[in-house]
Amino acid sequence: MHPVHKTYAFILGLAVLFLALLPDALLAAPAKDNYRTYCAQCHGLQGNGRGVNIRDMSVQPRNHTDGAYMSSRSDQDLFTADKKGGLAIDKSVLMPPWGETLSDSEIHNMVRYLRTLCHCQYGKQ
Amino acid sequence: MDIRMPIRAVLLALAGLLSIAIHPADSRAADSPGMDLLKNRCASCHSLTGPAPASIHALWARKGPDFFYAGNKYQRSWIVSWLQHPVRIRPAGMFYADHLKPGPKRDMVDESTLRPHVALSKADAILAADALMTLKGHNDLIKMEHVAPGSISKSMGEMVFDKFLGCLACHRTDPDYGGLSGPELYTAGSRLRPEFIASYIRNPQAWDPKIWMPDKHVNDARIQQLVHYIESLNLGGSHASSP
Repeated sequence: MHPVHKTYAFILGLAVLFLALLPDALLAAPAKDNYRTYCAQCHGLQGNGRGVNIRDMSVQPRNHTDGAYMSSRSDQDLFTADKKGGLAIDKSVLMPPWGETLSDSEIHNMVRYLRTLCHCQYGKQ
Repeated sequence: MDIRMPIRAVLLALAGLLSIAIHPADSRAADSPGMDLLKNRCASCHSLTGPAPASIHALWARKGPDFFYAGNKYQRSWIVSWLQHPVRIRPAGMFYADHLKPGPKRDMVDESTLRPHVALSKADAILAADALMTLKGHNDLIKMEHVAPGSISKSMGEMVFDKFLGCLACHRTDPDYGGLSGPELYTAGSRLRPEFIASYIRNPQAWDPKIWMPDKHVNDARIQQLVHYIESLNLGGSHASSP
């Protein structure tokens, strides 16, 4: 192998090792940024359920600032809906599964972020 | 310190090293006038070499669709026509959240933030189209697809697209019907190759890892139905002069 290529291979190996040792949580994008990218198209930039797409949707997206409703949903329900879609918790197919887009730790962070939008916890507003 | 900074630096270094290893500098297409045109007039907004954005911040910064797989994505005849008379395909721009303003009932597209696409002469459009057809990223994904010729009734197509899969939430099937955060699909039948439509529905993240289109685990039969439905919508050409 050419010495230059050896150097490349060495650096490549180091980089891959570095990435492999990183915990998933460190690679996660902040929940606020993920919300703006994936959720806001339907749930709105403010999380109020009034996204740019809603006019022709047959089922309207949840208002994430609605503490009364959001406190009736457990963190596990929110995690499942986010990862596997609305159908997984007997809700609308219009809520898609994000499990191939976001990691589990990103979805856990999203659940925590949703709790800041509704100013609520499961069982109490 | 933000931990993502060093990670991004390492990833960039890795991408650089890989691109040196994978793309030798003697590409023949690079010498063609069409490729020169792409490099001079298109590359500031469209990536000719990839990869697709690997972080959402890179996704937000992307100015136009990636072109490194244009030859597997677009139909040549559509490119030639569209480049002479460009019409917006993404109603809310390249990254929708950058082009919204609060409205009384819902977030609205802020048209004042959207810019028209440059138009090319017929000769340049042909040069660009021919050069784009040589960009064949993700050949592996395309080879896995087989779209059988066929048709689907309007009512069944709407049922699958809207009720079963919810695609209408983000995509328009008519100039004034459907969602706004995804590209319109009423001209997609003349714009896109059927195998690309199939592959992208099957696994959007294989093409564009951070894109805001979800992988809904759509099965083969449904994918065929969706491709036939999207082809049946085709209003390509008749909307070439609408805003």
